[in-house]
Amino acid sequence: MSDQKTKIQEAHKDESMVIQKEMIAEHYKRLERAPETKEPVVYTFVPGNLTELIRSFGCLPVLPEINALQSGMRGKSRGYIAEAEKRGHSEDVCTYVKCDIGMAMAGNIGPTGTKIPKPDLLLLSYTGCYTFMKWFELLREEYDCPCVFLHVPYQGDGEIEPEHREYMIKQIKDEVIPALEKISGRKYDEDALKERLRLSVKAEDDLVWVLQSAMNKPSPIDAYFGAVYYVGPIFSAFRGTEEGVNYYKALRREVQGRLDAGLGPVAPKGPMAEEKYRLVVEGPPNWTHFREFWQMFADENAVVVASTYSKVGGTYDFGFRHNPDDPLGTMGDYCAGCYTNHNLPGRIDMLCQYLQDYEADGFLINSVKSCNSFSAGQLMILREVEKRTGLPGGFIESDLVDPRYFSAANIKNRLESYLQMVEARRVGASQKGMSA
Amino acid sequence: MSIACVVGTDLGSTTTKSVILDESGEVLGRGITNSRSDYDRAAKVARSEAFITARFNLLKREVEQAAGPEVLQHLLDAFRLEQTLAQLDRLHQLVSGTLAFGVPGELAGPAAEAVDTIIARIRQEELDRFKETNPSKRSDFFRDTVGSAWSTISEEIGDPKGVSFDMLLGLYDKCIIQVENEPLALGFGDHIESALVRIGGSTEVKTGVHHAVEAEFDVREEVGTGYGRQRLPFPKEMIRSEILCHGLGASVMFGGTRTVLDIGGQDTKAIQVDENGIVTSFQMNDRCAAGCGRYLGYIADEMNLGLHELGPLAQKSTRTVKINSTCTVFAGAELRERLSLGEKREDILAGLHRAIMLRAMSLLARSGGVDNEFTFTGGVANNPAAVSALRELVTENYGDKVLNISPDSIYTGALGGAIFAHRSAN
Repeated sequence: MSDQKTKIQEAHKDESMVIQKEMIAEHYKRLERAPETKEPVVYTFVPGNLTELIRSFGCLPVLPEINALQSGMRGKSRGYIAEAEKRGHSEDVCTYVKCDIGMAMAGNIGPTGTKIPKPDLLLLSYTGCYTFMKWFELLREEYDCPCVFLHVPYQGDGEIEPEHREYMIKQIKDEVIPALEKISGRKYDEDALKERLRLSVKAEDDLVWVLQSAMNKPSPIDAYFGAVYYVGPIFSAFRGTEEGVNYYKALRREVQGRLDAGLGPVAPKGPMAEEKYRLVVEGPPNWTHFREFWQMFADENAVVVASTYSKVGGTYDFGFRHNPDDPLGTMGDYCAGCYTNHNLPGRIDMLCQYLQDYEADGFLINSVKSCNSFSAGQLMILREVEKRTGLPGGFIESDLVDPRYFSAANIKNRLESYLQMVEARRVGASQKGMSA
Repeated sequence: MSIACVVGTDLGSTTTKSVILDESGEVLGRGITNSRSDYDRAAKVARSEAFITARFNLLKREVEQAAGPEVLQHLLDAFRLEQTLAQLDRLHQLVSGTLAFGVPGELAGPAAEAVDTIIARIRQEELDRFKETNPSKRSDFFRDTVGSAWSTISEEIGDPKGVSFDMLLGLYDKCIIQVENEPLALGFGDHIESALVRIGGSTEVKTGVHHAVEAEFDVREEVGTGYGRQRLPFPKEMIRSEILCHGLGASVMFGGTRTVLDIGGQDTKAIQVDENGIVTSFQMNDRCAAGCGRYLGYIADEMNLGLHELGPLAQKSTRTVKINSTCTVFAGAELRERLSLGEKREDILAGLHRAIMLRAMSLLARSGGVDNEFTFTGGVANNPAAVSALRELVTENYGDKVLNISPDSIYTGALGGAIFAHRSAN
């Protein structure tokens, strides 16, 4: 076990990963300096984030759930969660929330070791997660700062209706923009916003190209474990920035190189030599044992070719791009299109589509204890997708950032059983084909 | 004589099982042992036990007609007695060696006497049991049988002011692990001669025994499965998930199987299989082992009962008490609460069995429901109260289904592994 751990720690890093690490570190440093540079700080969440707008006011975004997942990956979440539980947050509360609250209690030192400044504004874009609302209530109490609420209508009927759009534009105009004007002391500059949205589109095009490269055989990327790195910049502080555009250019180049060379993804212990299973995954990953979890797939030569989690901050692969010519409307469309804002039939359609387009062998659900927005209905999704596609589904349970809910032996057992089942069915089908 | 065979070993969290199949795919031997938190050792013991029964089977094939089944059963009992006595001698040695530093100096003499008394009494009990025509059912494991006798005798002879019960039990606890983990000579060849002497077998039996001792096994393929399967020194492709093994094993035991429920020590699995025994869907419990075999073990300890006594006692219930928790930890608290409220033990136990099965029903529903035929496997399938609770719930939720339970259900995973090995060898 310790051997495995050491090997995983001596992990291979792609060039794009190095660039991203530097971008993140630089952003945290800039945040630390914000009280001196007077750059206003806006806390907001990944799904439905209005980064271009925030940035157009010269403000810096902080994404609490990114802090939580980064803390999870860096082994800090256990202590933060304990801190929050000590202060009365129950074991059943979302562990992202507890990790973030615990971090704030412990001095608000971010995952890279720099101080995270207090928010000047809490910008809550509500895209299907009720807990986000409660989370910001707690932060509002803690920091005594203004909080603005953008209510994004749920896609209950699977459509964004024109009146939904109007409703969101009105809120952005009447609530969000004035709040940003107030904390930044700047007037709303639509040209600056349009320019940022143009940069967004460039990054979005490259990201979609990268994600869809998984349609190749072998896939040059892992579209779950690898993709959570790939979506990092665009889902957080870097959409609508030059750094973001450059990152995606570099990433695309890198993936193109692997594609040209016929290479598979690079897993924690190194490049994958074989692609035995092509899988679609639903649900967020576990962060506390992220590399160990990924390596379990890699050890079985299982590659994830599409995932829904990599769409929580936008479902670009179904055609959406920010439209610089309609800046407020496009932001509304973006918010409403986030994966968490989709209804269950929409999520089922998406999984079925992925299974078909990416020629996958089956799909796996990682059901996390913390997140009811994701987990509720997943068993129904499992059965329905199996029924429609005839492909086998598997079910794994873990958590986002609470290491107590990760049982390596249990997960490995389920994953191996699932893959052996896929293999046995494949052999069974080919024997049937031969005898027919 | 060299016999081609394959072996499947199922390293469970509580027990480890091995099954040997001969060339035609018939079961030649089965072996079981407790997993004793040492999977390597447990796998060796289970395998060696399976070869012991395989040799008995060879003997049976050769002489049963001439000698009669009773003689062979008697020989097997004698063999088991010899094994127990050998382990008891080793336990005696180890405990005596521990006395020097395990008890205060002034008590060393009386403690040694007490230990000698305990060992002598257990030995006598074993010899008496051997003479009984229909001895009562008990655990297969030395740790359980000797441990229970040791505890009873210690309670009787322990002196709170001198060599106390706790002291005597402590000595046992210290040494039993070593007895279990040492490579003791307990094989067929090691004890069959003395067993034969004990029963005074005929010439035919003696010749048969001779042949069985001489038989050589040519193991063509081995497959490992179960919770501790990664510990087996096999190549990766010979290690199979226990879900596939249980599905296949159940489907070979009962050809019509479409749904399998396996409740083991710390896993509950609901499995759907097709007509070839290939798994099409499965669900299992998460990291929490609530409602699994361990839960029953814990309840048995709480009630000061043997695991095998739980089911029969629960069946005496006239009114099932509703139990809310299948959490092993909470269940203890709930059990005491119910007892304090004056509920009867059998009624509480009936409720506990139903609670386990309600949890299993939820996994079954998640995996796709209960289809005909339905096969129940794993250690808990030996518990009659668990079976009747399951039968009731299945009928309530899915209507009448054929429910298959094999007396050898605990070997289902190992059997599935052995079948995979057999297929791979051929």
